[in-house]
Amino acid sequence: MTASAGTGDAAFVEFDGVQKSYDGQTLVVKGLNLKMPKGEFLTMLGPSGSGKTTCLMMLAGFETATNGEIRLNGRNINQVPPHKRGIGMVFQNYALFPHMTVGENLSFPLEVRGMAKSDREARIIRTLDMVQMGKFVNRRPAQLSGGQQQRIALARALVFDPELVLMDEPLGALDKQLREHMQFEIKHLHESLGITVVYVTHDQGEALTMSDRIAVFNDGRIQQLASPADLYERPENSFVAQFIGENNKLPGVIEELNGDKALVRLANGELIDATAVNAKEKGGKTLVSIRPERVEFKPEMMPEGAHMIGAEVIEVIYMGDILRAVLKVAGTDDFVIKMRNTLGQTRLSPGQKIKVGWHPQDARALDP
Amino acid sequence: MAEATQELLTTADGRPLKAALAAAQSRAKRRAFFLVLPLLLFIILTFLVPIGYMLKRSFEHDGFASSAPALVAWFGENRGFDPADPPEEAYAALVEDLARMQVEKTTGMAGTRINYSVPGSISMFKKGAREAKNLTPPFRDSLIAIDPEWASPALWRGMASASHVYTTEFYLVASDMKLNDHGWARGEDKERIYLYLFFKTFVISGIITVLCLLLAFPVSHLLATLPMAKSSLLMIFVLLPFWTSLLVRTSAWIALLQEQGVVNDLLVGLGLVSDEGRLTMMYNMTGTIVAMTHVLLPFMILPLYSVMRVIPPSYARAARSLGATSWTTFRRVYMPQTLPGIAAGSLLVFILAVGYYITPALVGGADGQLISNLISFHMNKSNWSLAAAIAGMLLAAILALYWLYDRLIGIDRLKLG
Repeated sequence: MTASAGTGDAAFVEFDGVQKSYDGQTLVVKGLNLKMPKGEFLTMLGPSGSGKTTCLMMLAGFETATNGEIRLNGRNINQVPPHKRGIGMVFQNYALFPHMTVGENLSFPLEVRGMAKSDREARIIRTLDMVQMGKFVNRRPAQLSGGQQQRIALARALVFDPELVLMDEPLGALDKQLREHMQFEIKHLHESLGITVVYVTHDQGEALTMSDRIAVFNDGRIQQLASPADLYERPENSFVAQFIGENNKLPGVIEELNGDKALVRLANGELIDATAVNAKEKGGKTLVSIRPERVEFKPEMMPEGAHMIGAEVIEVIYMGDILRAVLKVAGTDDFVIKMRNTLGQTRLSPGQKIKVGWHPQDARALDP
Repeated sequence: MAEATQELLTTADGRPLKAALAAAQSRAKRRAFFLVLPLLLFIILTFLVPIGYMLKRSFEHDGFASSAPALVAWFGENRGFDPADPPEEAYAALVEDLARMQVEKTTGMAGTRINYSVPGSISMFKKGAREAKNLTPPFRDSLIAIDPEWASPALWRGMASASHVYTTEFYLVASDMKLNDHGWARGEDKERIYLYLFFKTFVISGIITVLCLLLAFPVSHLLATLPMAKSSLLMIFVLLPFWTSLLVRTSAWIALLQEQGVVNDLLVGLGLVSDEGRLTMMYNMTGTIVAMTHVLLPFMILPLYSVMRVIPPSYARAARSLGATSWTTFRRVYMPQTLPGIAAGSLLVFILAVGYYITPALVGGADGQLISNLISFHMNKSNWSLAAAIAGMLLAAILALYWLYDRLIGIDRLKLG
């Protein structure tokens, strides 16, 4: 785990002012700048249509950039055809060749590179063992389960030792348990092989678990590029706050702005302290974002300097490990708090009036 | 474990499980059967019965057997007779039958039957029947006096064989065999037309199949990969000729390719060909091949398209990302996946081409005729049994082709759209 990798100077993969349009009327990717050092695991995360897959396809060479430059190892690859880029790729539906056995699938990239038969075989066995699929060399893809096909697809993308591997929602078709297991394995392979990975997903949990850095895409732009912890704890705008994890948002107006401290007047007239992130000016509208797990409702547990505010319980949802309560706070009726389902936990009931509170540091005033 | 599976499984009330299952499903099965019954009857009546009747005709001809009872009886009693020297009783029976034929007006029927295996016999029969009642014993000599061919061993072999209603003779004739004085043998080279025409039909069908494949492959690929709106338009262009009358399409080719046609005029106009040297592209083999390739093209495009449509583009992308050039990607990844479509289209086009009649009849001229034109020729001359025998051989060839296909590729991989 090289969280500091992102700060390296030598960019291995670089997008420089890249724009992409399919129809000549609208931009799907609007001026993308991104530098990736060697060995990093970077995830492109975003809703569908945000431009993340287009970026991956441009990097792989299946789409051409309308404007701007894509560089690999310092070399402009805009005009390099996909088969000369030497980039491994794992596709969403695996794209294993159905008329070839597993061994032949893995042999394919080595054959087109003119590798001798004996070398090929050794390499194939080594790579299959790496994904624990050594016994399946003579099977056809159709005879394998989804998870096994996934491993083969991974092995095929790695067998020719590419320095850069692209993954396009590779775990999307697997069930939850298998997906979590594969996340761990992919992460492990990344670490042990020292490869650079660009991973595309719309699953934020996956992105948080696996990545060194995450680029959150929306509307053809990177909204925030940061480590998982930064992204979750310090979202820079409401889209990121909203997209990553669960989030409570309270609309208001900025009364006072003093460095990174802001005084916000909520919809019901109440004043709260918040950390100003991209609240631009006094009198401007803002959206205060607070993570549910940072909200406390028991007076004895309240952090020092917490801001307390009245709330009414609307609904309590039993979820097994936690209890989720939906509250009405400052005119907003979808304010969520979470309570661990421990022995002796206070059980709230609908209609109950309580007080909730949080540390001003956890309340982030973002763009409306 | 093994013992448990040996034991007969029963339901809770003790009936055998298999019987209970059959009883439970019998009603549904009966209903399903009655639903398909009309179609089953229709297929039996309109497809299997006519083919069976045709095959029966190819083995059956009573033209001689029914009109020469005396000779049939004599042949029945003297199976081991020497065709080189039949005894006087045989000639007596022959003269008796000839006289009867003259009265019953069956000479043509009987003569035609013998004529299949011994060409030229029909005129002998007519002449013999006319004079039969005036002939006096010894009949051998008096018949030979009319025509010495009456002593021909081939003729006697032919009559002995024709005295049976059921025969394989028509298949021998359709395989270019000829009855001579010593039995059936290969005919002379200039008379061997059937097998040559079979061979030619298969070669031309093969050429048409390959041409169709070459033309259809890129079109199908376009159809499968273009955006919906464009591919629908292209599909209409593919299907439009399909919906147009065959005669119209064939006449259009005549207008294009004949000596005074559009293509020749254009070539002459451009100075590529002199006015005297106009190309002959119609009323010969070229005409047949061009017109039939066009007519059969949709039968190749549709199965190919149905296979290509479901090949996701990610396979080609995967191959490219793994380092394959576009040619390698096509050869090793795309093409192998289209094989079921190629096989289905080729089989369909080939089988249709082998039995094609109307286009070669219209544009084939003398050397562009196929086996089906010969079948039609014999049908027009009322040589039903010979026509049926040639058709039977064609059917056998096509069934053999199916069998081969099933062995090599597997009939279950056939995708016709």
